[in-house]
Amino acid sequence: MLIRKPSDIPSSEITSEEIYRQRRRFLGQSSALIAGVGLGLPAPVSQAGLQQDDDITPEEIVTQYNNFYEFGTDKSDPYANASALTTDPWTVSVSGEAKKTGDFAFEDVIKGLTPEERIYRFRCVEAWSMVVPWMGIPLKRILEQFEPSGDAKYVVFKTLYRPEEMVGQRSFFSSIDWPYVEGLRMDEAYHPLSIMAVGLYGKSLPNQNGAPWRLMVPWKYGFKSIKSIVSIHFSKRQPVNTWQALAAHEYGFYANVNPAVDHPRWSQASERRLPSSIFDPNRRPTLPFNGYAEEVAGLYRGMDLRKFY
Amino acid sequence: MNGVGLLSARRRKAILWVALSAPLLWLSILVVRELQQPNSGLGVEPTEALLHYLGEWSLILVLLAFSVSPLRRRLHWPWLGQHRRLIGLFAFAYVCLHVLTYAGLYIEFQLTELLDDFVHRPYITAGIGAFVVLLLMALTSTRGWRRRLKQNWQRLHGLIYLASFLAIVHLLWLRKDGGLAEAVYFLIFVGIMGERIWFHWQSRRAA
Repeated sequence: MLIRKPSDIPSSEITSEEIYRQRRRFLGQSSALIAGVGLGLPAPVSQAGLQQDDDITPEEIVTQYNNFYEFGTDKSDPYANASALTTDPWTVSVSGEAKKTGDFAFEDVIKGLTPEERIYRFRCVEAWSMVVPWMGIPLKRILEQFEPSGDAKYVVFKTLYRPEEMVGQRSFFSSIDWPYVEGLRMDEAYHPLSIMAVGLYGKSLPNQNGAPWRLMVPWKYGFKSIKSIVSIHFSKRQPVNTWQALAAHEYGFYANVNPAVDHPRWSQASERRLPSSIFDPNRRPTLPFNGYAEEVAGLYRGMDLRKFY
Repeated sequence: MNGVGLLSARRRKAILWVALSAPLLWLSILVVRELQQPNSGLGVEPTEALLHYLGEWSLILVLLAFSVSPLRRRLHWPWLGQHRRLIGLFAFAYVCLHVLTYAGLYIEFQLTELLDDFVHRPYITAGIGAFVVLLLMALTSTRGWRRRLKQNWQRLHGLIYLASFLAIVHLLWLRKDGGLAEAVYFLIFVGIMGERIWFHWQSRRAA
């Protein structure tokens, strides 16, 4: 856990000032749009929930600070190790309660579906957060292609298991039972905010961020948004997701961002927004459902969120 | 007596001073770089990095202090015992910086958050426990206190067992999933404990 050699590339070399300013302008416009909601104007989905002070996190942080235990447990490991992953060809196997099941080539699954830009807040269960410009396809449009039946109550995803290319899966010290598993209730999966991300910052998704595609559910803790997916299973029963299997008292199935329910080992009331500097951790209060309460709180009406954490 | 033992006590002490402060020196270089250009010296979460760096070196030095007796016995380095206090006080200095970083930069001196952490988070409870034990040992490390406490001084400083245990628990409970570093520290701790227990058992049998 000693500090690794940091990147020698200053941010100014990666993001030109002009682009940075453009992003600021874009965000300014988005906040104007959000303000428009108050006037009864519809806000585009791409900026739902964004607030005025939500500056987009620099690209080199989004791509070099990741939790992707398949490539190591340090947050700098995925950037260092993920280049070993080959994502072409990529097969997605679909199974369970659906009409169209079987193995599909990734290109065929996303054929004809145009990715849209979605700027989402991203809140890790470890209490750091980012704002990321994703390119993604609404999950509903992907899943509908397989014609899930009425028995499909949950959708279960699995990450690739390929220890030869994923050094973390070879680790003797990990107690994770690979492959990584995550799932959503069907109504969560069909919510317009749920996407499969295929890119960020206008480029295709880097390996360390979950190439070639990864889930992005912005109102849940980051670990729900499973990366490098190879399996989609429509299930009658609620699955046991990886972190729940590892520590059920710390990580639940729902994992909705909730400042009122603490993680047993730390408070979830606030978060450290990246980038931060040494004398200012850039702490800000965490919002219920990560700021998307207006859009998604209805999914959980009548549920005790302390019990279903 | 081996090569190091042939050096004068003063020279050995000087070498120890340099070695034990080297991690702090390196840290100050990182902090300076960080101040010149954010996220260059200490990475994306500098406060967190600072906290963990100091925490890791605290643990290393606490374990080093804990291993003085076994090393002295097994390597036949009688001189090492003379420097036990220096090593212990250095460990305590790192622990103080670690605790200060946590209290000041991490939770920004919010007392309610500190109390909340202390009550609800076992790894923080363990960490603060280790700090309090080391504080007691540091305060009573002077010759005067040694004289005043007589045989109780030995007993009090036997708390290094507790401090090392709490420090290792603090690290293990903090992690989500095991890593190599945690396993190595844990094995070192088990090794030192094993040697100490074995030694006491042997000497009791011999007596």
